[in-house]
Amino acid sequence: MTIRDIFDTLDYGPAPESADQAMAWLDRHGRRFGHWIEGRFTPADGAAFETRNPATGQVLAACRQGDHADVDAAVRAAARAQKAWGATAGHDRARVLYALGRLVQKHSRLFAVLETLDTGKPIRESRDIDVPLVARHFGYYAGIAELIEAEMPGTAPVGVCAAVIPWNFPLLMLAWKVAPALAAGCTVVLKPAEYTPLTALLFAEISREAGLPKGVLNIVTGDGATGAALVAHPGPAKVAFTGSTEVGRAIRAATAGTGKGLTLELGGKSPYIVFDDADLDSAVEGLVDAIWFNQGQVCCAGSRLLVQEGVADRFHAKVRRRMSVLRVGDPLDKCIDVGAIVDRVQRDRIAAMVGACTGDVWRSPAPLPAGGCFYPPTLITGLAPADPLMQEEIFGPVLVSCTFRTPDEAVQLANNTRYGLAATVWTENVNLALDIAPKLRAGVVWVNAANLFDAAAGFGGLRESGFGREGGWEGIVPWRRPAAAAARAARAVAPVPAPADPIVEGIDRTAKLHIGGRQVRPDGGHSRAVWSPRGHLLGHAGIGNRKDIRNAVEAAQAAQKGWARATAWNRAQVLYYLAENLSARAAEFAARLRGMTGRPGEGEVQAAIRTLFRAAAWADKWEGRVKPVPIRGVALAMPEPQGVIGIVTPDDQPLLGLIALAAPAVALGNAVVAVPSRAFPLAATDFYQVIDTSDVPGGVVNIVTGDAADLGAALAGHMDVEAVWAFGPPALCAMVEGQSVSNLKRTWVSDRAIDWAAHDLRETLARASEIKTVWVPYGE
Amino acid sequence: MDTLTDRPTAGAHLPVASHPRNPGIPLDLDWVASAAANTSAIERRAASLPGRRSVKKDWQAAWLLKAITLIDLTTLSGDDTPGRVRRLCAKARRPVAPALLDALGMPGITVGAVCVYHEMVETAVRALEGSGIPVAAVSTGFPAGLSPFRLRIAEIGESVAAGAAEIDIVISRRHALTGDWRALYDEVAEMRAACGPAHMKAILATGELGTLRNVARASLVCMMAGADFIKTSTGKEGVNATLPVSLVMIRAIRDYLDRTGHRVGYKPAGGISKAKDALLYLALMRDELGLPWCQPDLFRFGASSLLGDIERQIEHHVTGRYSAAFRHPMG
Repeated sequence: MTIRDIFDTLDYGPAPESADQAMAWLDRHGRRFGHWIEGRFTPADGAAFETRNPATGQVLAACRQGDHADVDAAVRAAARAQKAWGATAGHDRARVLYALGRLVQKHSRLFAVLETLDTGKPIRESRDIDVPLVARHFGYYAGIAELIEAEMPGTAPVGVCAAVIPWNFPLLMLAWKVAPALAAGCTVVLKPAEYTPLTALLFAEISREAGLPKGVLNIVTGDGATGAALVAHPGPAKVAFTGSTEVGRAIRAATAGTGKGLTLELGGKSPYIVFDDADLDSAVEGLVDAIWFNQGQVCCAGSRLLVQEGVADRFHAKVRRRMSVLRVGDPLDKCIDVGAIVDRVQRDRIAAMVGACTGDVWRSPAPLPAGGCFYPPTLITGLAPADPLMQEEIFGPVLVSCTFRTPDEAVQLANNTRYGLAATVWTENVNLALDIAPKLRAGVVWVNAANLFDAAAGFGGLRESGFGREGGWEGIVPWRRPAAAAARAARAVAPVPAPADPIVEGIDRTAKLHIGGRQVRPDGGHSRAVWSPRGHLLGHAGIGNRKDIRNAVEAAQAAQKGWARATAWNRAQVLYYLAENLSARAAEFAARLRGMTGRPGEGEVQAAIRTLFRAAAWADKWEGRVKPVPIRGVALAMPEPQGVIGIVTPDDQPLLGLIALAAPAVALGNAVVAVPSRAFPLAATDFYQVIDTSDVPGGVVNIVTGDAADLGAALAGHMDVEAVWAFGPPALCAMVEGQSVSNLKRTWVSDRAIDWAAHDLRETLARASEIKTVWVPYGE
Repeated sequence: MDTLTDRPTAGAHLPVASHPRNPGIPLDLDWVASAAANTSAIERRAASLPGRRSVKKDWQAAWLLKAITLIDLTTLSGDDTPGRVRRLCAKARRPVAPALLDALGMPGITVGAVCVYHEMVETAVRALEGSGIPVAAVSTGFPAGLSPFRLRIAEIGESVAAGAAEIDIVISRRHALTGDWRALYDEVAEMRAACGPAHMKAILATGELGTLRNVARASLVCMMAGADFIKTSTGKEGVNATLPVSLVMIRAIRDYLDRTGHRVGYKPAGGISKAKDALLYLALMRDELGLPWCQPDLFRFGASSLLGDIERQIEHHVTGRYSAAFRHPMG
């Protein structure tokens, strides 16, 4: 092609970034890598797999397929390093993290090129987005390490942590796990995805230059089986996973009952809402960042376009025009918008999903390179929520679209998904944007933007997009635990058996279930007598069943949205009123507690009243933050209620246990379904009379007595319950965690003897709320 | 969309458009009011553009030659003299040393036009005789546009009579700033009428319009009133052509095309002084509007020092050595 030809056609021509340095690094290692354990590479021989450049099919290197012995060696190395690293002063850990961030910057091009070779993502993205965010993440968590002792007193590192990360952002996901873990004083065994292990290995090698002690970071390469072995290993105290919802669910099941901490960052089908007053051209450009970023292989990709009907045709035309000038090709080319799909398996999966779809499929006419795993940018219009592609994550450069009429309908459509990772709203109307953002069930909301990230801002999902936050102060929480030694195991409390000579006095009194603000008989029609230790019949408690739980959850869901909309001060007043009415009947409740337990009850009643006051006090003080992110705008970290929380309350403080858990939840706008103490249920059933007289809207607090295991299982398995908390024997805890895989609800379980009078309410408040990060860039 | 993928027009210097002129349309205030421009999003797009587009080697040389043909080589100074203008015109005819052009197989490249004040039009026309290079005159009380309206209209007529093929008019910023779109429309429409056969570029003085939303609205109104080109700046405002402003104006041009079928050209002016900037603008035009907007009948750079940097880059391409300014003949 002559210069005159180009003068006429203005073709872009090739603009390749050099791969020489990255290839030289691979060559220095003989293109074979062992694991990174105890500060060195293990021998590279043994079972191995090849990692390829998806743009060319070229084999880049062979990496070890880690087995149980490799995982065990890595966990042992991490365990050996744990004590000293955890005891290292925060300032000294900060120095190491700072050096790691600086090293990433100093080797930024090598990291970027290697990442692009291994993943197929455009060099622009690895160079301008991934690698700078990695350095920023280490820099940010260096600061957390510096401040952690002063700002998080009474906490300690969780210990050895297992991290399993995906192939779409290999180095960035490493940073999201490793930076907070090291800042917290944890040691790590990380398993990178088998498609993309290389930058993790480069990072490990370079970590030597940061003064990272041996064994603090260990990397075991391998496929899903290696990951499963790491998750199943008894050593790690916590598992952090980013990847598919399917694997996340398996990890939840595998870790249930083990006492391991767990955070999951999973899939999504994030809505991208365009209102008719939006800057449509900018919204189109936002889509380029949302769904054609990293070939759409982004968990938070804005993959589900919801566009207001009146502008839909115009908007789709603009999208198609923009798609037609997206350049698809060699990821190392500096003038490429869309690179290669990570692997043939993924590309074929995308093609199969699109092939099975009934919508109007439009593919960008931009030429695809011959060979390599490429898939064209694709728009599918004319879909309805009932179409599978509107519900299922495609994880490719495929945008699906449907229209809406009103803001309410936009919210309904947006929330009509099992996922809840991210959402985008485009409108020039600040009233509309700030009204919609809180209504979207998503961990991150971008207003007039897409895929903005920063280490200071929390990132994470709701629903089946997982739980836990990465980034910000909230991102360090899962890596720390209370410093105090764990409490003793709670003693088993059995109901008082029926006496040989029952004492039955007074008028028969039947406690009912409390559902939707009404007293109802148990669906099954069964009751159980409750005896005092001295043989008095205290009353009967209903034996609730699954249907009672179903009814209670329905009532709670119906009440929760309105309750969350009530002002915080309004909720506080209701809690104060509860305290007032409980106080008025303090003697009666104390007598009831003594009757059931044989112990004085005054102290527990007073503690319950104080807890109600504290929860009321917090109701209007559980504040969000404004994150100093590097945009002109704000990133609001807004605590939002979980929704409906199921609570299997502890046995040994039958009144206080209920109130200490339910009151903070209610204070923040949740509705609860509580299963009271099995042994001593009558304090809770008495309490519903207090609820009835304290202006608590029907359905906000529901009480279902009965068998803890049965009711706990029904709650933990219920798809419309956002969180479940259970306090009881290990079998109950394991069951609840195991059943929670149904919708990946948040769980809080403990078999320890917790004194709820001394328990820090802030832990409960944190568990009762979820941080939503709302990015609002501004400027006119 | 077909209009965006047309073949490039052939000639390098085109006072005559290869497409029908924009006749304008009646003022559509609903459309004007609905124009939106989200500043943060536009800035993000502009900021990421340099990372998204890159042209190297022969392609870069060809693109830079193309950029030269798009330059309105400009002198708009109080101390302009006939001698100075003749020197500029000589440079316009021969913007790059012939040896370099020969090395690239592209002899005979000229700039797009020469842009001067009214008093210099005759000099420039004579100096460019036979070259095919049009003379553009800034007009209508440039740069502030605050002289009596009848004089501004008369000025257009005199410049056209003196031989200007293109008239760069300035809008009354006050009409945009007070939202008096009717007044702006009437003013620009009357100026267009006064231009007759000469092509009219409407200078929005975007640096003085306050918001990108105003830029979007003023762009639409000027196109509705019949502007052949919309142009960012006089070069005299505090802020001249920027990528965010360009995005807004380019998108307005595209919307106008989509709704009316009429093509309007774009001229960023002021502040574009590096070859790299020129490549970026060309990539922007290519991606956002298509190849027809990479030709002189629909795209111009208003620039005085850009050419010098391009010359140095071209010499570097030919020789493999970094160049020096003094090696290239000045204008």
